[in-house]
Amino acid sequence: MSALAVQGLNLHHGLLHAVRDVSFVVGNGEVVALVGANGAGKTTLLRAIAGAHRPTSGVIALDGKDIAHVPAHRRVGMGIALVPEGRKLFTQMTVEENLLLGRMARRPGPWTVEKVIETFPNLGPRRRAKTGTLSGGEQQATAIGRALMSNPSVLLLDEVSLGLSPIAVERLYESLRTLMQSGTTILLVEQDLGRAMRVASRVICMLEGRLVLEGSTTSLPREKITEAYFGSGHERAMA
Amino acid sequence: MINTIIQGVLLGGYYALIAAGLSFMFSVMRIINLAHGSLAVLAAYLLLILAQSFGISPFLGLIIVLPAMAGIGFLLQRFVLDRALRAGQLVPILATFGLAIVIDNALFEGFGANTRSLSNYIGTLSYDSIELPGGIYVGELSVGVFVLAIVVLGGLQLFLSFTSYGRAIRATSEDPDTATTQPGELIDHGPPLRGAELGGVPVRRAAVEAAEVAAVGQVEARREQGRRPAPVGGQDARRGGEGGRHGRTRSGGATVVAVTPSAGAAIGRRDR
Repeated sequence: MSALAVQGLNLHHGLLHAVRDVSFVVGNGEVVALVGANGAGKTTLLRAIAGAHRPTSGVIALDGKDIAHVPAHRRVGMGIALVPEGRKLFTQMTVEENLLLGRMARRPGPWTVEKVIETFPNLGPRRRAKTGTLSGGEQQATAIGRALMSNPSVLLLDEVSLGLSPIAVERLYESLRTLMQSGTTILLVEQDLGRAMRVASRVICMLEGRLVLEGSTTSLPREKITEAYFGSGHERAMA
Repeated sequence: MINTIIQGVLLGGYYALIAAGLSFMFSVMRIINLAHGSLAVLAAYLLLILAQSFGISPFLGLIIVLPAMAGIGFLLQRFVLDRALRAGQLVPILATFGLAIVIDNALFEGFGANTRSLSNYIGTLSYDSIELPGGIYVGELSVGVFVLAIVVLGGLQLFLSFTSYGRAIRATSEDPDTATTQPGELIDHGPPLRGAELGGVPVRRAAVEAAEVAAVGQVEARREQGRRPAPVGGQDARRGGEGGRHGRTRSGGATVVAVTPSAGAAIGRRDR
């Protein structure tokens, strides 16, 4: 059964039709990459799944149950955790305090502060530091850790490599690899297409709010994704 | 001089206690509650009614008035402040200003402009004093209020620092800045949703809870009313209202504010 199913989702930002009739499923334990150019609607889609934006119409089903009208904080309790774009840490609070916030959802599961630090060893020495003083990589690790602390069944990662040095990105994905192999269902937005294709088993491509391409990362040729990514095929057809 | 400083510090405890609720509400919800003093005075009048009409000691009366004021705080948050906040940052200030006028005038209407005191109902407590070495006398009530201020402010600080609910309140207080700077948030349909919710923190519940705690703080502040004429208490609350902006109550700074006029010297504002 699919962990997460989105059916005919539409979402408007005022006059802007940001997500247009999007449908897809993410299977249990699957890692799916959501790619697309800036403004394609990826972040909006993730935030709609997390409950931060209210969709105009459509179904968001978690384990077969429609949650489109459930408030965001209750969705966390149901097993959806978002690592927001730009991390959004509580900078006046320590790493540990940020992590403990994730525990408020009171979902049973394996994640503890110790386990997060084990997964992201760079957080160990910074445990009692205010997150505002951390490096980008440490902040991102904290943000992911905070989401993990709610023991999510579906983890949404929004551009976790944004603003990080290549080394920090490498280290982050190294830590994420064990997570991905452990059977956590993950939907991630990633700008770096090569990396997205390496870590995910399936890729979904959005263009101007629409889902234009979907397929397994092993079978889809990269050129085809690039074409969908920039909509170049579409333009050629128009010309 | 030492006497002046001691009396000033004790008075500062009183200011700090009254400012606690105001500061807490400002730091958590970014609402400047101009009705804070009026609500504190209202609580004092409720105790006065209980004492006058039913012969209930003001200390016992707290058992009734404290939950009642918490209830008022809850209703105020749910039906006035939440709605006002949706209309913009400035609207709650206007709303609480209006509320202050309503409460003040209702009290004038009901009780007149005469100074009232609870001191008749608390035995000789208002007049009792303790002699310190060096022939300095401090009022028992002042010392009691000062101790209470330490307990309330210290307890609040411990609550915010070490409980999961306290962390949620701090997160909520810190977040709106980041949340409202997101363009996506500003054009969203509903009220701006705070990132704290994405962390699984039920923001509105936390906010309401904070309002309740604030109301409780207001009522605690009332104890001193036995000594001081009620309307002055309201003024004091506004004067002592220096809030921490970073999710913690720092009304201890009010102590400095209080010592300053007492000592007749400008010590200057407390720093963060």
